[in-house]
Amino acid sequence: MKKLESSLKNMLLCLAVITIVSGGLLALVNEKTKGPIEEANKQTLQAGLKEVIPDFDNNPAEDTASVVINGQTYIVYKAYKGGQSAGAAVESSAGGFGGDLKVLVGFDNDGKITNYRLLAHSETPGLGSKADTWFKKGGKGDITGMSPADGPLTVSKDGGQIDAITASTITSRAFLNAVNSAYAAYMQQAGQSVPADAVSGASIKSDN
Amino acid sequence: MANKLIVSLSPHVHGGDTVSKNMYGVLIALIPAFIVSIAVFGVGAFIVTLTSVAACIFFEWAITKYILKRDKTTILDGSAALTGVLLAFNLPSNFPIWMIIIGALVAIGVGKMTFGGLGCNVFNPALIGRVFLLISFPVAMTSWPQTGQYDLYTDAVTGATPLALMKSAMHGDATALQQLPDALSLFLGNNPGSLGEVSALALLIGLAYMLWKKIITWHIPVSIILTVFVFSGIMHLVNPETYAGPVVHILTGGLMLGAIFMATDYVTSPMSHKGMIIYGIGIGFLTVVIRLFGAYPEGMSFAILIMNAFTPLINTYFKPKKFGEAKTK
Amino acid sequence: MNNFKVLINGIVKENPTFVLLLGMCPTLGTTSSAINGMGMGLATAFVLICSNVAISAIKNLVPDMVRIPAFVVVIASFVTVLQMLMQAYVPDLYAKLGLFIPLIVVNCILLGRAEAFASKNGPVPSFFDGLGIGLGFTIALTLLGAVRELLGTGRIFDMQVYPEEYGMLTFVLAPGAFIALGFLIAIVNRLKKA
Repeated sequence: MKKLESSLKNMLLCLAVITIVSGGLLALVNEKTKGPIEEANKQTLQAGLKEVIPDFDNNPAEDTASVVINGQTYIVYKAYKGGQSAGAAVESSAGGFGGDLKVLVGFDNDGKITNYRLLAHSETPGLGSKADTWFKKGGKGDITGMSPADGPLTVSKDGGQIDAITASTITSRAFLNAVNSAYAAYMQQAGQSVPADAVSGASIKSDN
Repeated sequence: MANKLIVSLSPHVHGGDTVSKNMYGVLIALIPAFIVSIAVFGVGAFIVTLTSVAACIFFEWAITKYILKRDKTTILDGSAALTGVLLAFNLPSNFPIWMIIIGALVAIGVGKMTFGGLGCNVFNPALIGRVFLLISFPVAMTSWPQTGQYDLYTDAVTGATPLALMKSAMHGDATALQQLPDALSLFLGNNPGSLGEVSALALLIGLAYMLWKKIITWHIPVSIILTVFVFSGIMHLVNPETYAGPVVHILTGGLMLGAIFMATDYVTSPMSHKGMIIYGIGIGFLTVVIRLFGAYPEGMSFAILIMNAFTPLINTYFKPKKFGEAKTK
Repeated sequence: MNNFKVLINGIVKENPTFVLLLGMCPTLGTTSSAINGMGMGLATAFVLICSNVAISAIKNLVPDMVRIPAFVVVIASFVTVLQMLMQAYVPDLYAKLGLFIPLIVVNCILLGRAEAFASKNGPVPSFFDGLGIGLGFTIALTLLGAVRELLGTGRIFDMQVYPEEYGMLTFVLAPGAFIALGFLIAIVNRLKKA
């Protein structure tokens, strides 16, 4: 077969056909993968919720409330067991060392932290990235069982009670900011008055 | 020898300077700083320096012999020993031995030998080693032992360096600047820090010796220090609460060590005096920028490495005058 | 050249990473661990095989003056297909490789092979060329990722070889990618000489 000549008609026709075929292919694949992608995202969220809230029998992913504090939106996933409230998980974020740090924090009914899961981050590997386990039970900066109700959580360098990740104070600060504001969102959603210092502390810290 | 006529390229007049003469001159100039480091940090300073020098000489020998397969060994010219001392002077006195050996391997192996050995390296080998260690082991490289613990090595108690205090002042810690030691103690060297950087006085004695022996000229150290003084002075005047004063900047961290011993490395600094001044101003400016706005408390080593990369460019535009060359119109 | 030779050529003689030095951006950016490097290599190989076959099949229908835009559209479509498939079936790997998947579009290996090979040969040799270059890229990235992971964290394919405290963090970060790649190229050149 001889190569087509580069006339205007040929070129237009060729590009048009190629784009139409690619468009069709993409539409087809999109249709086929739409379901699985949604399913995968849902599973990620479910796994996260199961990890941070100890015990529930409803589907928190469908029982959400969004709270706006200082222009930032927080999603609160409410958990129930046998019709009784069993705490909630709050999706929160703060500016870390390398970019936004997204975290899902679980609280029980008393506002105590049950667990957390680092959803997304761009911290330095090997340093700030240790935040995914550092503040968990058994980690050096364990925050489970603590409650920001007694005043915002801060690293020991800033006069707080939590050990910062070694050589990653900025990440640690960002992480605790995210937890503090998650707590504020949780309290606001639950309709309780938020201790003034917890909120102001959170907003001041996020300016750093 | 029947043939007495030796044909060689210019220059034909030799000043008697050799590589090893200059290298040993620099090593002599480093003695005061070494004495101070032992007086301040005790046994740790001794172990770190000895390990570093031994490791650097060993790697230089092993690489020239087994990888490059050269007949002549270069370990006696003193350049590997100098790299070892400078690397050690950039480390805290409680630095573990195995990390020092890795640092020496990177300094000699990656920083020097991959380029072909002495004279061919683009970057200062000791600084390559230091920066590699800083990025690889940030925890060990940023915990500095407090002074006066003479018999403790790796288990020495650590404390914040003056530069770390200056950094936390920038992050909103209002009292950090007040905790800074006064200028006299910075000058004499009774602070936490790396081995060779603590005492400005000892380093200045070394500078005086090298100027007297004509090992280096004044251009690079003076232009670096003046630039840092002026630039940090301006920043201090703008906001004295967050930015420390210019005298503190000059006396803290590796500034003196870098300006006198690292930036003046023959291989990696420009050849002409004009070029040296531009190079020095660049280092001074970058150091202050990194110290004040960067993530790391100290910017001297990064600044020198960055300007090392500019050295060939500076040499292109500021060529040294050839011997006997007349100005042409 | 028979098909087997084409295949081996892509892996050894014209290895895209160690010999042609193409596609440096994903090579340096995604090889922080062996598994990430392998994922990136296989993803690129998939797109490369598809685009090579498709382009060699349509090469005579595409007028010369518009061949570059036509090739780019073909490559971009396959990359988007891959992106959606990965999102659906391997979300974890997709989350790790992130932005580098869509960036396969601008990987010069793809357009390079399209220009240098697929537009001059039939679909079958083009398939083998895509497979060979793709495998060469995958091997190189996996090797680089393994070296960096081992030196940086003491692990290989997530298996701890020596304690993590002894890892050199530099190798996980960007400078380590350059150092490791440089030494790997030196070693490969040395081995080829011998």
